Amino acid sequence: MESLSLIAMVSIITAGLTMAIGSVGPALGEARAVAQALSAIAQQPDESATITRTLFVGLAMIESTAIYCFVLAMILIFANPFWNHFVQAAGG
Amino acid sequence: MIAMSPDDWVLWQWGGFALNATIVFTWLVMAVLVGVSWLVTRRLSSGPELSRWQNALEVLVMGMRDQIAQVARYDPGAYLPFVGTLFLFIAFSNLLAVVPGFRAPTGSLSTTTALALCVFIAVPVFGIVRQGPMQYLRHYVRPTPLMLPFNLIGEISRTVALAVRLYGNIMSGTVLAGILLSLTPFFFPVVMQLLGLLTGMIQAYIFAVLAMVYIASAASVVPGAARGGADVAGDRDDRDDPGDPDRDTNTVLDEEDTKWKASR
Repeated sequence: MESLSLIAMVSIITAGLTMAIGSVGPALGEARAVAQALSAIAQQPDESATITRTLFVGLAMIESTAIYCFVLAMILIFANPFWNHFVQAAGG
Repeated sequence: MIAMSPDDWVLWQWGGFALNATIVFTWLVMAVLVGVSWLVTRRLSSGPELSRWQNALEVLVMGMRDQIAQVARYDPGAYLPFVGTLFLFIAFSNLLAVVPGFRAPTGSLSTTTALALCVFIAVPVFGIVRQGPMQYLRHYVRPTPLMLPFNLIGEISRTVALAVRLYGNIMSGTVLAGILLSLTPFFFPVVMQLLGLLTGMIQAYIFAVLAMVYIASAASVVPGAARGGADVAGDRDDRDDPGDPDRDTNTVLDEEDTKWKASR
């Protein structure tokens, strides 16, 4: 019981921290990328197709760091291996 | 507890053999794609009178050819079957997620890993077919042999990134809809579902474009590739030697590209 509540507490706090810290970086990065792409399109409207395609691919690359954090947070909350191990140990 | 992946949703069990939702819906999507294409391409016409479906299919194929050509900068014919299939499969599994009872197979890590492994294998295959094994392997020791471990790690990590990116985006849509349904039912989940459709389409596009970028970077002829190789080997004298085999390959491939560009 003791280790179970400890694991639950640490998992939830860590999941929250993972999302909080892990979304700051990608958010700043994506904001910079979009701002740059908008000014580039404003300067060269003819090249907007190329700029938009590169922007989307770049955004996906940046966003994947946030997605990694999200997947980790989901694993911590819904599929925590330590939690399952101790629940099984407690259940017999 | 929310079923995290369609792998856990077992539709039919027989002995040790479990038929889970991922397999069923993957085959369903494949059957729909193949069936519709077969029905449409049975009666193709090259005259001015087109059937509606043929028109739609032509728009789709031409659009994919254009996109591939823009990324690869040469004839898209060789890459269209592979990259186009990836795009269509992912796009249709994500779009069909609006059908009640359907779980997108791309929301399972096993499906996305399989797709990413296909790309992982396709990159050297296309590279070797286009440039020959030695020229392709030289990519790994460029700019210096010191970069070899980093190039290898990059090869693996981008495969993992491809798989986890698609899985995370689709899975997050499903989980988010599940959580919102229990908090604010009816209206808000529908809005998020619409956003999920957009995300699914963009992810399909991004997966295909990234696959194409990786393939193109392995298959493309780097200007001065022969020079780079000679510099590493330490003999700079045969830079202008017309008998250099790498140079010949480059020239031939360059001519192919120029021809293709001129034909457009």
